[in-house]
Amino acid sequence: MRNELEVKLIPIYILSRKHLVPEGSTIITAMEYAGFKLKKGIGCREGFCGACASLYRLETDFKLHGGLGCQTVVQPNMQIVQIPYTPSPKAIYDLETINPEEEVFTATYPELYRCLSCNTCAKICPQEILVMDYVQAGIKGDLALMADLSFDCIMCGLCAARCPAEITQFNAALLARRLFGKYVNKKGRFLEDRIKQIQDGKFEEGYRELMNLPKEAITKRYFDRELNFKIT
Amino acid sequence: MKRIPYYPGCSLQTKAKHFETTAMAVAEALDYEMITLPRWNCCGAVHSLTSDDLMHHIAPVTTLLRSKEFSEANQLDDSRLVVLCAMCLNVLKRTNKRVIELIDDRTKMNDFLYLESSKYDGSTQVIHFLELLKEIGWDVLSRKVTHPLSNLSVSPYYGCLLLRPKEVGIDDPEAPVIQENLLHSLQAKVVENPLKNRCCGSYHTLADKQVVVDLSYDILTNAQKAGAEIITTSCPLCAFNLDQRQEDIIKKYSGFKKIPVVYFTELMMIAFGLPLKNAGLDQHYVDPRPLFIEKEMYHEE
Repeated sequence: MRNELEVKLIPIYILSRKHLVPEGSTIITAMEYAGFKLKKGIGCREGFCGACASLYRLETDFKLHGGLGCQTVVQPNMQIVQIPYTPSPKAIYDLETINPEEEVFTATYPELYRCLSCNTCAKICPQEILVMDYVQAGIKGDLALMADLSFDCIMCGLCAARCPAEITQFNAALLARRLFGKYVNKKGRFLEDRIKQIQDGKFEEGYRELMNLPKEAITKRYFDRELNFKIT
Repeated sequence: MKRIPYYPGCSLQTKAKHFETTAMAVAEALDYEMITLPRWNCCGAVHSLTSDDLMHHIAPVTTLLRSKEFSEANQLDDSRLVVLCAMCLNVLKRTNKRVIELIDDRTKMNDFLYLESSKYDGSTQVIHFLELLKEIGWDVLSRKVTHPLSNLSVSPYYGCLLLRPKEVGIDDPEAPVIQENLLHSLQAKVVENPLKNRCCGSYHTLADKQVVVDLSYDILTNAQKAGAEIITTSCPLCAFNLDQRQEDIIKKYSGFKKIPVVYFTELMMIAFGLPLKNAGLDQHYVDPRPLFIEKEMYHEE
C-alpha cells in the first residue's frame, strides 16, 4: 500500500540515528513509522496532555527547540529526542488550610525565588507561555496574574528541564491556579441563579410550548437561535 | 499631570507596599503620575561583581529594555525610569553602566535576549524618587506643605546603596544632603547622625541577625543622642533592619529605647495634609503614631 501512495521520505535523526520517514509526519508518527513502540511519552495525540514533550534542533538555526511530539511536524535532518518526564519536586499542601498570601511559595516552592529572569523557560515552552513572567508574578505575590499567564500550561516539564535556577515552574503555577480558583477569583452565581429559576418554574411554559412543536419548526428554531460562535 | 515610568521591584509590591502607595500619592500631589511598568521582573537585588558571568546581569537589562519600549510605545512625558528601592536603583544603574561601557557584553546579552522585540542600547536613564523630588524643586515642595513638621526632630538615614559606589550614587557618598533638603522643605528639625551612611548589615539579617542587631543599635542610638525622635529611610531592607530588629536590640541592650523608623514619603503625606488611611503608619514594628499624636500631627480616626 505504502508504495502506491508515493510518499516522499525525508531523513531525520532520532536519538542520533538516521531514519527515513514520510514528509509531513509529526514527531510521534515519524517515530512510530521508524519502528519505535511508544508506551511512554505519548498520550492524547491532540496537543493537550503534555506527555510527548520533545527537544529538537534544526539545520536552519542555532536554537534548541521544544515541542510536543504530536504537534510538531518533522523537517529534513531534524535531530529529535523525547523528554517524557522531568524529575520535579511536588509540594504537598492542603488547599483548605493553605494561606494564599504573597509568601505562599516560600513554604511550597522556595526555588521560585532563585529566578534569574533569563527567560530560558519561555524560549523552550511549546505553548509559547510567558513562563518567566508568571514566575516573577509569583515572586511579587500576584496570584491572579500568575494563574492567568500560566493558564495554557500542559505541564510538559520542559521549562523545569532547562531552568538554570532549577525551578519547577509548572508545579508552582498549578498551585497558583488552584489558589486563584479557591481564594481570589469571584465565585460565579450563575449556576445557583439558574437552578433557582428552574425551581421557580420560570421555563415551564416555554418548555411545554417546545414539546408540542412539530419537528420542522423545532429544526428551524434550532438554526435561527442566537449564537456566540459560528457554525462552520 | 506628567507621566513617568516606574519600576517597583519585589519589596515595593509586598513588604514595603505602603512605601509605594505613599510615594505615588505624593507624586500625584506634585503633578506626576508614576506608571508601573506592565512587564517587570526582579532586578536580582544584589549587583553581581563577577566580570565573566553575564547571566546575573540579564534581569536588570530585561527591565531596562522593557522600560525603554514601554515609554516609547506610550509616548510618556518623561522616559526616565523612577525607582524607590535603594537596592533596585543600585543594580539597575550599575548594570546600565556596564551595558554602555562594555560593548561586547552588551552584544552578548542582546543576543541572549532574542525573545525580546528590540535590542537594548543603554539609553534608559534610572533615577531615584528623591532625585525627582529635588528636580521638582524644594521650593515647590515647601509650597505644598499644609502641616509643617516644625515640631518634629528627624534624622535621615541613607545606608549604602543610595550613595555608593559614587558613579551611581544620588548624592555625595560622604556628606549627602538630599534627604536633609527634603526634610527642610517640610520644615522639620533635621538632626545630624554621624552614622547616617553606615551599613545596616543588609542581608546578614537572614544569616546572622546579631550582626544587624549591633549595627542597627549603633545607628539608632547615635541618632537618638543627637536628639532624633524619628528616623527616615528610603530602602525597604534598611527599614526592616532598623525597625523590626529593634525587637532583638531590646533583648541584647537593656536601656535601649525604641524609636520609629519610617519612609520619607510617610512624613511627606503628613506635611502635605494627604489622607493617612493607607499611608501604612500601622505597618511598622515601632508604631510612629503615638509620637505623631503627641506632636498633634495625627488624630485617630
